[in-house]
Amino acid sequence: MFDWFMQTFPDAQPLHGLAGGVLIGLGGAVMLLGPGRIAGISGMTARVAGLSGGAPWPLAALFLAGLPAGALAMAALIGGIPALFPPSLVLLAIAGLVTGVGTRLGSGCTSGHGVCGLSRLSPRSIVATLTFVATGMMTVALVNALGGGI
Amino acid sequence: MRNLMALLSGLLFGAGLALSGMMNPARVRGFLDIAGDWDPTLAFVMGGAVLVMALAWALQRRMHRPLACEDFALPGTRLIDARLIGGAALFGVGWGLGGLCPGPAIASLVFHPVSAGVFVVAMLAGMLALRLIDTLRG
Repeated sequence: MFDWFMQTFPDAQPLHGLAGGVLIGLGGAVMLLGPGRIAGISGMTARVAGLSGGAPWPLAALFLAGLPAGALAMAALIGGIPALFPPSLVLLAIAGLVTGVGTRLGSGCTSGHGVCGLSRLSPRSIVATLTFVATGMMTVALVNALGGGI
Repeated sequence: MRNLMALLSGLLFGAGLALSGMMNPARVRGFLDIAGDWDPTLAFVMGGAVLVMALAWALQRRMHRPLACEDFALPGTRLIDARLIGGAALFGVGWGLGGLCPGPAIASLVFHPVSAGVFVVAMLAGMLALRLIDTLRG
C-alpha cells in the first residue's frame, strides 16, 4: 500500500505531512484548551496589527512570534526546510493583498476555518474551506496554463 | 499563564508548518494542482491536524472553562452569507497564486525575508483596506 502510494506520488511526503499536521493540531489544541480561543492566524494577525478586536494583544503577539520560532527550531532539528517561492515579487504582492482582503472578509484562513473549524464541524468553516480549496485549485490551473508554474 | 500557553501554541504550530511542507509554496501549489502533477501531502497535513483538533473539541465540550482563562471565547455565528463565501473565494485565489497562506508566510519571514516579507506586508495592506472600506460603509 505504502509502496504503491510512493510510486504513484513520488514527490509526496505523507509521513512528514501527517507528523506536521499532528503538531499543528497540538498547537491548535493548546490554544483552545489553554486560553480558550481559536488558533486563527489571519485573525491574530489583524489583532496584532490593530485592525480588529479579539484576543488580548500580548496573547496574539506571542502566538504569532511562536510561528517563526517554532519553524526555526524544527529547521534546526531536521536540517533545513526546503522551499521554492514564486520568483515574481509582484505576484507575491498581489497574492498577499488578495489573501489579506479575503481572510478578513471570510473571517479566517487555513488555520481558523481549515483546521479549527473543520474539526468542530462548523458549517461556516466547512463551506469556507471547500470554497478556498476550490478557488485555489482553479487559480493554480490557470497560473500553470499561463506558464507561471514554479 | 495564558500568554505562555499562547506562545507554546505558536511554537507547536510553527514547528508543524515547517515539518509538514506547508512552508514550501511549490508543494502547496502541487497540492492544488489536481489537473497536473498532484501532490497529496497537504491532505495528510489536514488529516493529522483535524484528527488532533477533533479530540481537543471533544475535551472542550466537557470543560466548563479553559485552563488559563475565565471563559471560552469562540465564534458563535452560524450565518453562511456572501461575505463568508466571497472572502473564502478571494483567499483561495491568493493561496493559489502565492502558494502561501498567512501562517506559513509569517513563519517564513525568518527564512525568506524578502519574498515572505512582500507577501505579509501586502496582506496587512489588504486587511487595512478592508477595514477602511468597512469603516466608511459604517
